[in-house]
Parts: sequence; C-alpha cells; structure tokens
Amino acid sequence: MSHDLTRLSASNLAEKLTSGEVSSAEATDAHLNRIEAVEPDVHAFLHVAADAARATAKAIDARRADGEKLGPLAGVPIAIKDVLCTIDMPSTAGSKILEGWVPPYDATVVKRLRAAGLVPLGKTNMDEFAMGSSTEHSAYGPTHNPWDLDRIPGGSGGGSAAAVAAFEAPLALGSDTGGSIRQPAALTGSVGMKPTYGGVSRYGAIALASSLDQVGPVSRTVLDSALLHDVIGGHDPRDSTSLRDEWPSFAAAAREGAATRSLKGLTIGIVKELQGDGFQAGVTQRFQEAVELLTAAGAEVVEVSTPSFEYAISAYYLILPAEASSNLAKFDSVRFGLRVNPVGGGTVEDVMSATREAGFGPEVKRRIILGTYALSAGYYDAYYGSAQKVRTLIQRDFARVFADVDVLVSPSAPTTAFKLGEKLDDPLAMYLNDLTTIPANLAGVPGISLPVGLAPEDGLPVGIQFMAPAREDARLYKLGATLEALLEDKWGHTLLSQAPDLAPQEMFASEEGAV
Amino acid sequence: MSTETPPTTSESARPATSANSRPVAANSNGNGGSNGPGEITTEQVAHLANLARINLTTAEIAKMTVELAAIVENVAKVTEVATPDVPATSHPIPLTNVYRPDVVGETLTQEQALSGAPEHDGSRFRVSAILGEEQ
Amino acid sequence: MAKAELMPYDKAIEMFEPVLGFEVHVELNTKTKMFSDAPNFFGGEPNTNVTPVDLGLPGSLPVVNEQAVKYSISLGLALGCSIAPSSRFARKNYFYPDLAKNYQISQFDEPIAFSGSVEVELPDGRLFTVPIERAHMEEDAGKLTHVGGATGRIQGAEYSLVDYNRAGVPLVEIVTDIIYGAESDAPELAKAYVSTIRDIVVSLGISDAKMERGNLRCDANISLRPRTAPGEPPAKLGTRTETKNVNSLRSVERAIRYEIQRQAAILAKGGTITQETRHWHEDTGETSAGRPKSDADDYRYFPEPDLLPVEPSAELIEELRAALPEAPALRRRRLKADWGFTDLEFQDVVNSGLLNEIVATTAAGASAQSARKWWTGEIARVANVRGVDASSLVSPLHVSELVALVDAGTLTDRLARQVLDGVIEGEGTPDEVVASRGLAVVSDDGALIVAIDEALASQPDVLAKIRDGKVQAAGAVIGAVMKAMKGQADAARVRELVLERANA
Repeated sequence: MSHDLTRLSASNLAEKLTSGEVSSAEATDAHLNRIEAVEPDVHAFLHVAADAARATAKAIDARRADGEKLGPLAGVPIAIKDVLCTIDMPSTAGSKILEGWVPPYDATVVKRLRAAGLVPLGKTNMDEFAMGSSTEHSAYGPTHNPWDLDRIPGGSGGGSAAAVAAFEAPLALGSDTGGSIRQPAALTGSVGMKPTYGGVSRYGAIALASSLDQVGPVSRTVLDSALLHDVIGGHDPRDSTSLRDEWPSFAAAAREGAATRSLKGLTIGIVKELQGDGFQAGVTQRFQEAVELLTAAGAEVVEVSTPSFEYAISAYYLILPAEASSNLAKFDSVRFGLRVNPVGGGTVEDVMSATREAGFGPEVKRRIILGTYALSAGYYDAYYGSAQKVRTLIQRDFARVFADVDVLVSPSAPTTAFKLGEKLDDPLAMYLNDLTTIPANLAGVPGISLPVGLAPEDGLPVGIQFMAPAREDARLYKLGATLEALLEDKWGHTLLSQAPDLAPQEMFASEEGAV
Repeated sequence: MSTETPPTTSESARPATSANSRPVAANSNGNGGSNGPGEITTEQVAHLANLARINLTTAEIAKMTVELAAIVENVAKVTEVATPDVPATSHPIPLTNVYRPDVVGETLTQEQALSGAPEHDGSRFRVSAILGEEQ
Repeated sequence: MAKAELMPYDKAIEMFEPVLGFEVHVELNTKTKMFSDAPNFFGGEPNTNVTPVDLGLPGSLPVVNEQAVKYSISLGLALGCSIAPSSRFARKNYFYPDLAKNYQISQFDEPIAFSGSVEVELPDGRLFTVPIERAHMEEDAGKLTHVGGATGRIQGAEYSLVDYNRAGVPLVEIVTDIIYGAESDAPELAKAYVSTIRDIVVSLGISDAKMERGNLRCDANISLRPRTAPGEPPAKLGTRTETKNVNSLRSVERAIRYEIQRQAAILAKGGTITQETRHWHEDTGETSAGRPKSDADDYRYFPEPDLLPVEPSAELIEELRAALPEAPALRRRRLKADWGFTDLEFQDVVNSGLLNEIVATTAAGASAQSARKWWTGEIARVANVRGVDASSLVSPLHVSELVALVDAGTLTDRLARQVLDGVIEGEGTPDEVVASRGLAVVSDDGALIVAIDEALASQPDVLAKIRDGKVQAAGAVIGAVMKAMKGQADAARVRELVLERANA
C-alpha cells in the first residue's frame, strides 16, 4: 500500500485524495518512508521536514473532512528546491554560506503551493547557487542518479529531479537558469518545464542570474507538471518582471493533448544547431525515433536553422556570471549566513573576504571572478555588452523560425548521465551540458523536457526538449502530453517504471520490481 | 559612541559626461587595461578577487588565472557577431513602467530582521571596524 | 590633524579661478521606500521599517514606487531638464556594510532627467545660471553607528552597528555640469544654489528638505586653475576635491571658501592637489582628507535586471509640468513687486528663510509689511534665542490674527508682543490670550481722562509748556499715563486726549 502510493502520479494520487480513498496523511507517510529508505543512496534532500509534513497533511485531511472545497493538488506531497525561501525550513541554495539560514518569509511560489494545500516534504539538493549541471557543486555532497547511483542526476536541480525519479515525491519545484530543470529531467527520466520568463514569480527564489532564472515544475508526468504550473504561475506584484497575462489552464491543455493523440496541423522545427556531432549516439537515436512518432501522429516536421545559437553558450557564460557576481554580493556575513573571522580579527572588509573565501565553493568563486571581470571598466562593452547583443540575435533567430513553425524540438541534453567526478575538473566541458537548454533562457521562451527512452549503449534515460514562443506554455503541455501518451502506448508502461528499485529491503517491496 | 553624519551614497563621474554616454567605458582603461580581451594575468585575478571580496591564496589565484583565461578565450566569441548595429537586450520579455502604488505594506519585526544575523546588539547588526570610508 | 595652511581668500581668487560642481541628494517624502513597501521613515527603533527587500535578503526583489518616479519627473522639470523618454536603473556595485545588497540601485547612463539649468540669486540680487547635467533616481543606504575609539568616528572604532531603516529611502541626485565664472562669489553661489534646490523641492512638496536631518545633502566639488594672461588659452582644469558631510547652508559657503584657500596655498607653493573626498568639520571649520579616488574605483555598473525601463508618457510629463509651482526665483520677483518691499526689506525676508510664512500670513489677511515686521522681527528674535525654527513657534494664521488685533486698535505693539508670547507658550489663539491675560487696550476714554487729568495736575510745568504750544512736552504726561494704565492703552489716543485736556 505504502509503496504503491509513492508510485502514483500526482494527478492519480490527487484523485484518490479527492475521493477519500486515501488520506494525505497516508500519502505523506508513504513518501516519508520512501525518503527514509532511499535517501542514504540518492541524497536528493538537504532537509526533510517530516513532522511539519505530517501535521500539514493532517490539517488538509481535516479540512477535507469538514467538506471544504480544496484545490486539485491539495494533500499531495511536494519537494522544494533549496533555492526557494521557506519560512519553516532552512534555505541554503546548496551553499555553506547559507548553512542553517531560515528566511523570515516564503517565496511566492511556496506561498501559493501552501495555499493550494500541497504538503512540503523538504528541500532538495542542488549545485551551489544553481551553478552547475551535475549537482556535484553542492556544498552538502552530490545527489546520485536513481538510474545508476554512480552517475550524476544532472543539475543544478539534481535533487528535485532525483526526488521525483526515485519516488520520494510525486512533484517538486525547480529553477531553471540555463537548463537546471530540463537537463536533470532528461538525465533522470522525469519531466521538467521551464515556463516563459515572467510566467512564474521569482520572488523568494535566491537569484543566480535575474534575467535568466525561472521557477518551474518537476514531475514524472506532463499532466503533473501542468497541474503544478497552474498552482504556482501567474502575476506577482512583488516581481517586476512577472507577466500580467491571463494564463489558460495548463492541466486542461495537457489533458487535451493526452486525449487527442493527434498532431495534425502542428508544424515542428528540428533545430539544426542542436544536434549532430557531440551528441551521444543513443541520444540521437531515441530523439529521431520520437520525431518519427510525432510525424506518424500527423505533425509536419521540418529542419530549421538558428545560426546564432552557436554563440549562446558564450553569451550565457558572460551574462550569468556578471549578474551572479552582483546578486551574490549580498552574502557578506552582515545580515544573514556564515561569518568567518580571520585569525587575529580584522576589519569588516577582512571578515567579508574571509567569509566569502570559506563560504563559497570553487565554481561559485570562479563565476563571481569571471562576472566581475566581464563587468569591469574597460571590458564591459567587449564582454557583457556583446553578450547582450548576442541575446538580441538569438531572440531574432527564435522570432524568425517561430514565424514558420509552432514549436522547436531538440534533444534535452547532448548526453545521458555521466559518472560522478567525470567532468568536475573541466569547467568548460561541464558548461557544454547546457548547450541545448540555454537558448530558451536567453530568449525567455518556455521549454519542456520529457523522457523518450533509454539510450541503447548505457540504458540511461534520454530526454526530448520542446520550445514554444513566449507565452505559449500551454502548447508545450499539450504536445508533451500527446508524445508521452504515444510513447507509453508503444512501451506499455512509463519509462520510470523501468528504473531500478533502490530499496528492495523496503517493507512493501514492489512485486513489479524492475521490468 | 557617536554616529557618522549621513553619508552620500552615490557619486558621479566628473568631469561630467553627457547624459547618454557611458562614463566608465568612455574614460577608463580600468584595471590592467593594457591587456586586450582574453589575456588574464595573476595581478588581474588578484584585483578582481579584491573587488569581489574573496580571499584567494597565491596558488588559488594561479589556478584561477589559467581557468579564467581558458573560459574567457571561449566566451570572447561573442565579439565576433556583436556588431554596432545590433542593439543589446537586457530583458528577455520587454516590459516597461512596472510600478508599485505608494502604499505601506507589511514589514518584518525587528526580531525577524535580526533572526539570521551572525551578530547583533538586540536592535542593530554588528560588524567589525570598518577600514574604508563611505563611497 | 595639522592645521592646513590657508591663503587669504582675495589673494587666492586673484591667482586662481575656482571651478565648481555640486551633487545634491534629495530624500523624497513618499509614503514608502523606493523599491519596497516599507514606510519611508527612519529614526525610531532600528531595523523595524524594513522588509526582506530593504535588508537585501536572498530572493527578495525590488519594485519601483510610482510616486517616486512622478516626484523625480516633477523635480527634473523644475530644474529645466529634459525628461528621458526611456530611462533605466543600473546597479552600482561596491561592498559597504550600510548597503544591504552590496550594490546600490541607481541610474547610470540613462538618467530620468538631463540637461537643465537653475537660476540662482546671489546675495546682491544678481542672477547666476547653474547648468544641470542630470537628475537621477536611486536609493539611500542604511545608517552606521561607530562604537569605541577616541573620537567615536569611523577611525579607531572597535565595531560598528547597522540600522537599515533608512535603506531604500528614495533619493534624487542632482548633478550640475561644471560651473565656471563664479569667481569670488563661489562660496555665496554654492550657498545660494543649495538654497534654491531646497526652495524648489519644498515648493514641489516632494521632500522635507531639512539639511540637518540629511533630507538634503550636498557634495561640493571644487578645483582651481591658474589665471592666464588675456589672449592666452585658459589653463587646463585643476585636480578637484569632493567635500562631503556639508549639512547646512552656512557650511556649504564656508567649506567652499576653505577649500579655495587650502588648495590655493598648496598650488602657490608648487604642490599638487590629491584627488580625494574631503570631510567638512562644522566644529573646526576645516576639511580633512578622506578616501583617495583612483582609477581602481570600479563600480561595474550594469542595467538592473530586476527592473524594467521607465518610459513616462508625454501626457504624464505634460500633466506634471502643468502642475509645477512657480519657479522660486520668479515667485520671489513677483512677491517683491506685489508687496512693494524695498530691496533691503525683501533681501531681509529672503535671508530669514521666512518667505513662505509671510506669504501664508498675508493670505490669512495681514498686510505684507505687518507680516514682514512680525516674522523677521519679534518671532525671529524669539526663535534665535530659543535656537529653533521661527516657523515652528507660531502659525501664519495666528500671526495674521495678531496683526488684525493691532490694526483694530485692540492691542498696542507692546501688548501684541505679550500676546505673541502667550501664543508661543501654547495658551491659545491671540483672542484667547488677550482674554486670559487681560491684555486688551483700555479703550474707555473715561478711564484715560481720569489718568490724564491726574498726570497733568501732578506736572503743572508740563501743562504750562503744552499750553504754550510746546507739544513735544506732552511726552512726559503720555509716559506717566501709559505707566498708570500698565501699558494697556493706545499711545496715539492718549496723546490726542492729553492735548485735548491740556487745552481744555
């Protein structure tokens, strides 16, 4: 029973909660048990709030018993990326400099999910300040990929992706600056959506790069991401970059896509620049098979070229460090976080420098120094200024191709999950992991990643990414749900049901096991 | 105990520049500016670390210099296509005039404000002696 | 600190031309802060008027106060500036403990207002046009308190305490272009400029503009350049210093004079001026060296990614322009003409800083001359004795009521001063004080005649002189009568009656 509850999608669990078949307390307990069982292996969480989660679940059950009309996800457990401020849990962004810091306020998205009756289970691991593609840059140790514990789960949101992939939570929140939701989704066989920039509030999300960051849902199904997006999205007056649009129901879009299973009338553009050399064979193979499925379902698939995407990584690794160097200046040991006093004391300047030396990891220091360089006098125009121009070119490329196609498609990541430590000492190689995901952040357009199978050579998940014009998030949920349904029809199961059972000693060991 | 009189928190480049020029870019050759883009020296990294308030050991500076040089060499690619006719984009979705009404909202309590402080005196944040002056 | 050598001012001006520039920060009196909805109020219990935004807590985001933008546009217009169709916020990055985010949100290459000018009136009435380069929006920093150390100042302090209540208070920084041609009037011009800015923001109602509270702060840039012979090209600009901490109009004047004399002494001896900030010390009347400025200053400005461009519509700009009050210089010229004051009288009013009070008093019904007489006379005298603002002692309405009582003959000037004292002491309106203190003029001729007859009878020699036509002799009798009436009589009426009774 307990085990089965963790295998349900959020929408299925929500139905059982609504019908009264299952209580939130039971569902929450099941997930807390699962967390206890697999965390020693996976390490998806930095903080588990078991007592608070049980109390929240009971309160939801009581409200439901009182006949209160609750939201569609009320009572469903959720994991929250540690980049988001939570008033009742430490919020460290994976950094030593914020160890133990409990913010005096909730991020807007956290407020909204609490208001919707979701049950926060805890905070998930991440690369420090979301700088990384492997979660190895967490100050609290790496997260392991549930498909192969010797491999990385992607990053920076490896914790959220691994948590849903390891059935520790049906839903999670992530943040995506250059692929931190989509790339881990691809590497763990889960679903992740980066909404249109401004579609979801950034208030209370510890900023990495303000003009690129976007909070979004992480789940095992497209519908689940859509349901969560419906909860967290919409205008927030506390975020100046928040859009005032009236958004359609993304869950309705996903349900429609799953129901129709037809893509007639839809034109899909394969991005020429986001395939080919440098992409793992099995990634390319599963990607092409998925595209064939799309064609078979009636979509018109054409190849499009976006030449300036070639410059996207370069622009990204100037804009991100520049904004980050400024955003991370606030970690100075005065108002919150770590303080390190130099031996023999010192001025406040000495204390700040010693604190930041001890509190930041090597990747954070590298990017702060790089960003400081890119903004400094005499270099601004060549670096930051040029990068912002490249951003214009990338936006123009998107605008041009979106005149002809409804969505763009590419593999979500060039490779499947690599081994822990494999790229840790090669920052440039690590940066290339975001090749496919970065353009969407630079242009602010939405992107979704969903699993399309396992690479034959290593048996690890492969993801496909769809991108739509800004504000057309619903289009991605609809198309994603269609492809997901077609793939599951073909396979006869979900991809994640294939993942190794990480806790065979668990009390309610699954009789299905790994099929 | 006494207080400093209110500091001025900003300064402008002077001699004055016209309103729409970039004083920093226009009148400064900055730190180690004799090096062209792509060349990074240990002195520069040490200077940047100081600007960013991060202590680095000599060995860390040396390592960082090599890493930064490699990264900068790669990212400098942006200059190939960033021609003068291309405008810069700072926000992915263009918006303007996003304002808040001048209405007082909820504030933190003093206890909440100080809750994360490494050191405070009960009402104010406490820091070590300050060497430099206000900007 | 060693006493700096100074050159006599006249000699300094003979040898060098002073070149000026000012940066004036104005705190706007909006209800909330520039980028958060915390109350725009500081002082009081530390760290209580703060939100996560003002503390720069991780995850917090700024949102622009619309009223602050409107105030900034109005100020820009009042300074004769063009309003930028599109302006942006930028981050100025530097570490300092009073700066919660370790960057200040300001405006850099795209300020909201630029290219204006302000007419400034020198003490002798001449007008001087001060060119304005720009006015831009930014946020104030928190407040540091330095503890320990001999002087209690930053140097030698053991530790510092930070209160962020002031962090995020909206500021407009007004930056002048380089000001040439002030010559020997440089100190007076500096004072008049800051005073004019103060008048402008007060008339706009956008700032409390109290220099002593830091609502209005002036940084004065000054450099000297050697004079060249006629026909020769001017010498190139000298190295400037930026004097901070100048917190009164009088200090602005003194600081400029001091810096001219200090720099001239150094230059005359072949020395060089260090480019640095200097701190003005009100107590010693000197400036001292502060932070050296160098090329190493690198604020890494870049467009604030959390905020969007400010693009005021032409309609909004015109609406705000239409609502601008009369420019202070024009207003003064109009008032002087309306009131018919002499140059001296009007200058007296301007220097007293009580122009607005006099306007309000005349609006309440008093004549301009009476209003002037009371405000710049007795009220200013009491304020001076008590060391407070004259405007804080009494309201223009009460002054106009007092004047009306005098005009009606109910009070003599002497009695009116006593009534004023009662009003200042909070005893009520002038009418109430008259009643409670029993100060009205004795207007009953019968009582006066009794007193006059008595006085004339006791001074027969005076009576004789008056009857001989020596009218000035009446003074002695009038004095005696006034004394008998305890001052509560109208001296003019007493005089009339004395002459009448003497010749009866």
